[in-house]
Parts: sequence; C-alpha cells; structure tokens
Amino acid sequence: MSVIEATQLTKVYSDLRAVDAVSFRVATGESFGLLGPNGAGKSTTMRMIGGTSLRTSGTLLVNGLDPETHGPEVRASLGVVPQTDNLDTELNARDNLIMYGRYFGLPYSYLRPKAEELLQFAQLSEKATEKVDNLSGGMKRRLTIARALVNEPSVLLLDEPTTGLDPQARHILWDRLFRLKEQGVTLIVTTHFMDEAEQLCDRLLVMDHGQIVAEGSPAALIQQYSTREVLELRFGSDRNVALVERLRGYADSIEALPDRLLLYTADGEAVLARVRADGLDPVTSLVRRASLEDVFLRLTGRSLID
Amino acid sequence: MTTKLIRIRPGVGAWMAANSSGNAGAVIGRGFKVIRNQNWMIIVSGFFEPVFYLLSMGIGLGALIGTVTGPGGHQISYAAYIAPALLATSAMNGAIYDSTWNVFFKLRFAKLYEGMLATSLGPLDVAAGEIFMALFRGFLYAVGFTVVIASMGLTTSWWALAMIPVALLIALGFAAIGMALTSYFTTFQQMDWINIALLPMFMFSATLFPIEAFPEVMQWFIMTLPLWHGVELMRQLSVGHWDASTAVHLTYFVAMSVLGVAFATRRLRTLFLR
Repeated sequence: MSVIEATQLTKVYSDLRAVDAVSFRVATGESFGLLGPNGAGKSTTMRMIGGTSLRTSGTLLVNGLDPETHGPEVRASLGVVPQTDNLDTELNARDNLIMYGRYFGLPYSYLRPKAEELLQFAQLSEKATEKVDNLSGGMKRRLTIARALVNEPSVLLLDEPTTGLDPQARHILWDRLFRLKEQGVTLIVTTHFMDEAEQLCDRLLVMDHGQIVAEGSPAALIQQYSTREVLELRFGSDRNVALVERLRGYADSIEALPDRLLLYTADGEAVLARVRADGLDPVTSLVRRASLEDVFLRLTGRSLID
Repeated sequence: MTTKLIRIRPGVGAWMAANSSGNAGAVIGRGFKVIRNQNWMIIVSGFFEPVFYLLSMGIGLGALIGTVTGPGGHQISYAAYIAPALLATSAMNGAIYDSTWNVFFKLRFAKLYEGMLATSLGPLDVAAGEIFMALFRGFLYAVGFTVVIASMGLTTSWWALAMIPVALLIALGFAAIGMALTSYFTTFQQMDWINIALLPMFMFSATLFPIEAFPEVMQWFIMTLPLWHGVELMRQLSVGHWDASTAVHLTYFVAMSVLGVAFATRRLRTLFLR
C-alpha cells in the first residue's frame, strides 16, 4: 500500500514554479529521499504533504487522505522535522515534548513517561529542564526529532535533518533514524548531502527546479548515470578548462568544475597513468568511486552544494 | 473542475475537518504554562499603562479642568470622565497587540505556529486558542483597572462591573479584525500602519474631551470608528446611565465581533497555510 501518492503535484508562488507537476509514490516502510540543491522544491513538497502549504494543482493522498481537506487527521499519523528548528523557546526541553503531544490531543498520563523515553532516545535526559536556547545545535536537532516521535507516527518527514551539524552529531542522528526505519517507520528525507541520501534512503527522487530529473535506488542511479569510478584532476584554475578538449578522449565524459576536472571512467588509475604518460602533470589527482553527487552533476550540469 | 468546486465551497463539517481537530484547549494550555513560567512581568507592565495615563491626565490635568459634563448631563470629575475611556482604549490596544504584532512574530520569527500546525492542530485551533489567551490577558487588565478606578471613587454605580465583560467584547472585536488584517502583512513596515491608525483613533475618539469639540462633519466620521462606541459605552456603564445610544454602541461591537470572527476565519488559511 502507498503511504503517499502524488500526481502532477504543483505549487506556484507569484513568480516561481516551486514544484512543477511532480508525481511519485512512497510505499509503507520505505525510506524515500528527495535529493536536490537549495530551491529545488523539496521543502515545499514536504509542506504540502503535511497540509501546511496549499498546492496549486494536482492531487495528493497521504495514508489515503487529502492533507488539504483532512489536515488534522493526516497529521495525526505524521512526524514532521522541519528544516530549521522551531522548538518552543518559552518552554524547557521536557515541556516541549509534552506540549507537542498535547497538540495531538494525547493525555498527560501517556505523555509524562513518553517524554522521558524520548529524552533518553535523544540522549537529552540530563537536559530535561534546560531552556531550549541553552541547548547546542545538535541537541536542538535531536530534540526536534524526538518531538516529532511523540505521537508515534507511521511516517516521519525529515527536511534536511543534519544540515549544520558536525560529523559526530550527524552519525548519532543517522543511527537513531536507522533504528526507526528498522521499526517499520516510513522515512521521507530531503537532503542535499549525497552521503546522507546513500546512508538513509532505499529510493531517491532527484529534483531540480521543481521537477523530477531522475528516480531510483542510490546504487541504480549511480550505475545508470555515472561510470564506476571518477578521476579528479587539478591543474590550477587557469589551466583546468583549457585542458578539457585535450583530455576528451581519455574518459567516457568530462565535467569541468571551477577548481577541478572530473573524468568519468571505469578504471581511474589506468586513465591517470595515461594522462601522466601524455606529459600532463596535474597538481593533485584522486581516484574515487562515483557518488550521487556525480549523478546530479551529470543530470543538471551543476553541483548539489553551490 | 468538480474537485476545485468542492475545495472552494465546502460544507461546515468539511471545513472543520480541514481546519480543526477541536483542540484549541491545548493551545490555551500552552499559553497558561508560559504565563506560569515567565511572563508575569509582561502582564503586569500592561496593567500599569492605563493607570499611568489616569494618574497624569486625570489627576494632573484634572486639577486644571475641574468637573465636566458626563453621560446624562451629570457633572463628574475629569478623572472619572476619562477613566472608562482609558479602559476601552487599553482593551483595544491589548487585543490589537496580541493579534497583530504577537501573531506576526510567532508566525514569522519564533515559528511557533509552524510547529503547532505540524501536529493535529488546525489553523482554527491555533487562532481560537491565541484569541482566547489575548482575551484572558485583557480580562486581567480590565479587572485590575476597574478595581483601581472604583477604589479611587471614579465609578458611581454597580453597573461599572459590567465594564469588565464589555472590555472583553471590545477586545474580541479588535482581536478578530487584527488577526484578519495580519494575514495581509508580510513585513514589519506594513505592521507599522496599524499604529498609525490606532494613535489618532485614541486621540480623537472622545477619550480625553467631548466629541462636541469638533465640527459636525468630523463628529460624524468619528462616530463611525469603533473606539468612540467603546468609549461612550464604558462611560455610560461607569455611572449607570443609559439611553437609546447604549444599544447602538453594544450592537456596534456585537456586529464588529461577528464580522471580525467571520473575516478572520476567511483569512485563516491564508494567514497560516502558505
């Protein structure tokens, strides 16, 4: 059964087609990712799923209901983690969880023990009575995620869950999200981090300018849109572009970025050896496995993080 | 096309399903929790504003003026003349502040409503809960100020107690319209227009001197403004005098509240769902 069915979903702001005729389905228990740069329409899509942004046209069903006409009922089974934390700064950490549960109409008898359980889940038990403003960025993010779980949602919407977090905090978060996935919670994640998408998502929608440019599992997308390996060469910013033509025959394709050239090939080391043998001497060179970043670059000609 | 029509003209039940879970009580619960935690100072400071006006204008200026003609032609002290007007003004100011600046800030900067609207709460629950909290605050101010002026001997009738529910009615009318207007604003500069409208209304609505001071055309204009009706109504209650105009003033505010709530309800989705 589909948790989400979007057909020709469109959102037009006065001067911008933020989401442009997007259609997709998400199955129960799936980890589904929306990958794209800032302004691709990911957050707007998330808000329409929660019924807090009204669509311009198209149809959308969440657990079989239209969030625009049944917002409260739809959201009763959703957990929403917004892009920027919107914790209640006038309440402490514990009361943030309890009050949020009250908004779902849940009784205190359920919420008091639930709040302790969630504080523990978020590793914030010692910070229970701390004002939200006194928490670090990573703690606020974990509290926001814990808060989204207070109603035991079957679908969790995570909008850029780890943006702005340090690597350690990100890994703690990914671990927590992975546990939820194991419990059968459907995850819908927007991100512009390819490693995050690869870690968390079974299936991805690559978005750009409000439209879907590709869809598939991370591995399938890489296989379809990229070669197995990538050779990164730096010749210095003046020479990079000038050498593109000369290197054309060495790889399946070449992308020229301002600071480096990317050569797509099945065997990076072999190409590097031929480049060196040809008398070209890059300042630095790197052979790596292709990633979703490369998929996006190939599809749009631009990198994910501007 | 059919689905579009259904979305534009839903029945009451369908509209409620889209905009409410009937849980405004949770928003009110949050409001009281916040007051208990920290906000007593804000409430106390709001209480003193009309008291300071009363002391400086009523006692200070009143010493120069002496007595003036109040409702029904009775001679009353200048302080007794302006005290009910200050209560009406304070009800207006409090309601407008809570429904415009406060709503705008919580919507755009604190993102409080964004969090609430990610739950089962609908925009109607949030609006109703917040208007209730604004009225509760107005109730505290009205009780406090009425006690102050009664203990100063500025009321001459038990009917003055009715000023408290009337202050709430005035507040409801202004709060509902204020919230509806906030749905049109996108910047703080636009919010300033509200103050530009409120200050002259306070100065000219027969708050500090009788409306007869103005030429007749201007009197007619002032009589269309809500604050004038609030001021006159309060003044009549404070001395327990009425005539046909009392009913007009009351009707004005009942109508303003009904229309204001309808207006705010219409703008609700524009305000909260973008």
